[in-house]
Amino acid sequence: MKNVISVSGITKTYNPKTIPVHALQGVDLEIEQGEFTALVGPSGSGKTTLLNIIGGLDEATEGTVIINDQDITKLSDGQLIQFRKEHIGFVFQAYNLIPVLTAKENVEFVMLLQGRSQAERNKRVNELMAAVGLSDKMNNRPSQLSGGQQQRVAVARALAPKPTFILADEPTANLDSKSTANLLDMMAELNKQENITFVFSTHDQRVIDRARRVVTLEDGKIVSDDHRDV
Amino acid sequence: MLLKIAWRNIWRNRRRTLITATSIFFAVFFAIFMNSFQRGVWDNVINNVIRFYFGFVQVHQKGYWEEQSLDKTFVLTDELVNSMGSPKQVQLVVPRLESFALASHGTLTRGTLVVGIDPEKEDKLTTLASRVSQGEYLQAEDKAVLVGEGLAERLKIGLGDTLVLISQGYHGINAAGKYHIKGLLNFGSPELSNQMVYLPLKECQWFFGAENMATSLVAHVDDKFAAAKAIRQLNTELDTAAYEIIAWQQMIPEILEMKEMKDSSSKIMLWVLYLIVTFGIFGTVLMMTKERQYEFGILTSIGMNRSKLAFSVWIETVFLGLLGVLLGLLVSVPLTMYFYYNPIIVTGELAEIYEKFGIEPSLSTSIDPDLYYTQAIVVFVITSVLAIYPALKILRLKPVDAMRS
Ligand SMILES: Nc1ncnc2c1ncn2[C@@H]1O[C@H](COP(=O)(O)OP(=O)(O)OP(=O)(O)O)[C@@H](O)[C@H]1O
Ligand SMILES: [Mg+2]
Repeated sequence: MKNVISVSGITKTYNPKTIPVHALQGVDLEIEQGEFTALVGPSGSGKTTLLNIIGGLDEATEGTVIINDQDITKLSDGQLIQFRKEHIGFVFQAYNLIPVLTAKENVEFVMLLQGRSQAERNKRVNELMAAVGLSDKMNNRPSQLSGGQQQRVAVARALAPKPTFILADEPTANLDSKSTANLLDMMAELNKQENITFVFSTHDQRVIDRARRVVTLEDGKIVSDDHRDV
Repeated sequence: MLLKIAWRNIWRNRRRTLITATSIFFAVFFAIFMNSFQRGVWDNVINNVIRFYFGFVQVHQKGYWEEQSLDKTFVLTDELVNSMGSPKQVQLVVPRLESFALASHGTLTRGTLVVGIDPEKEDKLTTLASRVSQGEYLQAEDKAVLVGEGLAERLKIGLGDTLVLISQGYHGINAAGKYHIKGLLNFGSPELSNQMVYLPLKECQWFFGAENMATSLVAHVDDKFAAAKAIRQLNTELDTAAYEIIAWQQMIPEILEMKEMKDSSSKIMLWVLYLIVTFGIFGTVLMMTKERQYEFGILTSIGMNRSKLAFSVWIETVFLGLLGVLLGLLVSVPLTMYFYYNPIIVTGELAEIYEKFGIEPSLSTSIDPDLYYTQAIVVFVITSVLAIYPALKILRLKPVDAMRS
């Protein structure tokens, strides 16, 4: 299988000049197309930092991040934005959506930035809203959706431009157990049916149980990497 | 989509938007209303002075306006009158022969301004006939004069009495004549009342020994706009080496200077007003930028480029400003229109002052379009400049930092 993410020798030091914090201390990680990977570890172990670096939102102090054969550490800021738009879907912990846009418009947004046609956008939005089970909430604003529904719209939005993979930093942290299960079902389904690659961080054991690969970080280092059948 | 987002964002914090828009509304409204009245009042003064005597456009022999002497007269030919009348804005060309003379009656003598006029045309231009308070208006063939009431009083002279005029005529010849007084003129302005003497043009030419000559031709046009157009054409129509074309602005420099002074003091007030409004808008922009850090972070994370994002925030700020402008216009346009068509009639002391200077005692507004769009431009510029702040923030924004806050 082809590697979509290939991270090697990553270190990240915050505040190098004052009180240095070594958030990542030499991380190597390869993720193949179609994996469903959980990044786990205690608070402060560097999960968010690693996801941000993989997503091109933050710069590594050392090391390379190769995505689809492209070393993104060499891209300029503007190129990175462009790269994220085309290749990476993001789901954050909360407040992912633009409050003034409806669910449908939120999902449509990135495609609009990409200059896709109205017909193409409509088709994809309908498809995705059905996939996340919210076809009847198209015209709701985020404030009219539950936290779980908002996260599902966020997943739909992340998928809209057909990215190479989706990064989700604690996507279920603000959800109750029922919504968590729902969101996980949906993500697992998309992963199985459409071979979409997911990388997500979590503290939640129920979420960890659903992952097919669990990478554990401690003090900025990978301490275990288990492949399992679920 | 960007427009839609900007528009909806404005209404996200309804109260703040309304407060900001209202402050802009007041500034715009106040600025328009004040400017409109001020300009209206001055327009009224200027119009009155111009229509009263000067006319909007005059033509003389070159150099006359600098040195108003009888030696700078020109021969009144049909050709000249015709070419002056050729712009379609010019409804009538009114000739005058003006100079100074001493007027005496009995032992009393006063300096006067003697004006030879074509009675019919002059009346069309300045409605002189309507100012006759006693006696009758002049006919072209009369050998009689009209004098201002103030002058008549000073000379202790009345209707039917004989006035003696003595002066120096064309090329220094002696000029003297005796004329009986056919009518008295009531002028608002004491300056005119105390020194004006009108003669029929022909008689005046004879008196000054300036057969067939005139000192000025006045073009009768509707207003300052028509005057500007007519002057443009006259500049090509007339031989400008021999003749000078004087516009109304040059005839009343003191009044215009006074207006300038008044204008600049009210301008300072408006600057202060807008400065306050600017701070108000800036406060809103500041809060908005702070609140939306996280959202900006999300947007750049998912691939919206910074300049697009900055642009959408710029639109939002400008929208907010234009909302205020729109409200301001919505109220001030009809209101200024109303006072333009229904001027406030001044009464009491102020009315007396107005009348003393021969000015209609009414306060009206001006509805020149620039009054309105200037305000729109000012607010547009203010908001555009203020929107630079969030734009800069966005251009420097790091998604990770923005989203941590
Ligand atoms: N901007 C920053 N400046 C300084 N230190 C930082 C910054 N961001 C993170 N850190 C530090 O880096 C380390 C790793 O943080 P990170 O957020 O990646 O951990 P995490 O595994 O995501 O934790 P959590 O489970 O609590 O989300 C921590 O010690 C944290 O305090
Ligand atoms: Mg974290």
